[in-house]
Amino acid sequence: MDTLVLLTLTGLGLGALYFLIASGLALIFGLMDVLNFAHGAFLTVACYTAWRTAETVGGVPGLLLAAVVGTATGLALAVVVELVLIRRLYGRVREQILVTVGLSLAVPALVQTVWGADARTFPVPDALSGTVGVLGARVPVNRFLLIAVALLVLFGVRLFLSRTRYGLIVRAGVEDRAMVTALGIDVTRAFTLVFALGGALAGLAGVLGGIYFGSLSPHQGTSLLVFAFVVVIIGGLVSITSVALSALSVGLVQQYANYYAGGYGDLAVVFLLAAVVLTRPAGGTGSPLLRLRRALAAHRTQAAGGTA
Amino acid sequence: MTSEPPILTVRGLDVDIAGSRILTGVGFDVPASGVTALLGRNGVGKTTTIRAILGLLPDGGRVTAGRVTLAGEDITAEPTHRTVRRGIGYAPEDRGVFAGLTVAENLALAERPGHVHHYDLVHDLFPELAARRGQRAGTLSGGQQQMVAIARTLLNDNILVVVDEPTKGLAPRVVTEATEVLERAAERVPLLLVEQNLAVVRRLARSAVVLDAGQVVHTGDARELLADTARTTALLGVGSHSSKGAA
Repeated sequence: MDTLVLLTLTGLGLGALYFLIASGLALIFGLMDVLNFAHGAFLTVACYTAWRTAETVGGVPGLLLAAVVGTATGLALAVVVELVLIRRLYGRVREQILVTVGLSLAVPALVQTVWGADARTFPVPDALSGTVGVLGARVPVNRFLLIAVALLVLFGVRLFLSRTRYGLIVRAGVEDRAMVTALGIDVTRAFTLVFALGGALAGLAGVLGGIYFGSLSPHQGTSLLVFAFVVVIIGGLVSITSVALSALSVGLVQQYANYYAGGYGDLAVVFLLAAVVLTRPAGGTGSPLLRLRRALAAHRTQAAGGTA
Repeated sequence: MTSEPPILTVRGLDVDIAGSRILTGVGFDVPASGVTALLGRNGVGKTTTIRAILGLLPDGGRVTAGRVTLAGEDITAEPTHRTVRRGIGYAPEDRGVFAGLTVAENLALAERPGHVHHYDLVHDLFPELAARRGQRAGTLSGGQQQMVAIARTLLNDNILVVVDEPTKGLAPRVVTEATEVLERAAERVPLLLVEQNLAVVRRLARSAVVLDAGQVVHTGDARELLADTARTTALLGVGSHSSKGAA
């Protein structure tokens, strides 16, 4: 029983981390059709700036400041990338993929050049490094922190989407971006805002990832991004809550399979992904794979027209 | 015919989509009052013309020549949102209603900053929308979705409303209701109307522009055109008494 409790709470903590990364990814892809492979790079850089801040200041104040710095780093990186690179490539899916994949390779390499390839220890204050007893299991305190932050983010994003005009634009833009512009709305502003929000969430995830794993490395963001993509594909683009539920499913399946199936947690996630993709009804507007296929098809049509 | 300057002018518009020429030298005026009908058989380029005016051509589509002016201002190469903010309301062929948003949210999205929002007019024309304001637009009937689409065009103080096939797929009773609404709307703002139902055109339109194979083949008084059965049949492929139940 205590093992099951520990696995469940750890799985929920991991799912919370996946949600923080995947929520930004889903918002960006949902509104802008941009498959942002650089999302993990935002996370990595944010994690390193947070680590430097936490080490310099120390203790709980250091961690709080690190969270602010990490989130701000993710936000700033996302804004710069959107304004300088992505904005020129709307509707050009292949070029977007090439640019963001390039960033996902170049940024970790740059981080490795500056701070080295070895993993670093993320300074976690004593208040978060202990365990608490839950139904006989000793559960690391930081799992609860991740779950609490993910719930707050879920609540905040839902409020943003349901109560603000930009949230309304984002929800409408996910359905029909052209029609949003036909109502006189400059959707590129919403693009920048959503990219910034996604980057900030990636930055926050970078800090919390450092706390969860207790360490950081140049390729941490890229590794986590793989699972975030799985979460987005399983959860679809229906709602932010569906992304949260998908993230929890992936986190729990991974943890249970790692323990009960001899360390095959990653493989179990792949099976879960395959099961969902193969059994999901075709043609749903919430399917990210379908959206990507349509975007690429449109891109091919455009390219054919350009060369005709 | 009115002597006031046209609200919209289109001159020599060429449009290519995916390398194929869809419109060739399209040119016409939309007077500053009344309804102008854009007519033609299926696939002759009516919707493409509307989309080219609004900058809403699909991926791979572009205006290769020509000029479009709205109230004397060149809007040819302008981003869609900027053109629309000049005062165009647009109800597309597929209605463009956001299915996951409520009726109230669909209307709120159309609110343009700095404008007076005419909810009193909208609720007067469409009392049903007030009653269904919390309902998701995706669960509305086709007629109700058309109400939302037209209501959005009347919410702001527009100088031109463009409506693409508003009666398509609607039941005869709803066609009559939609026609009455458009008639009332036309008292406030000029309309550019794409429509296949000639009974609706006869009731609403003052002037007509006919397209064939991506070119303008006729412009003039709508009622005169529809009174000439032989010409209507030649231009549109249907008799001028053809209707799907409207007026």
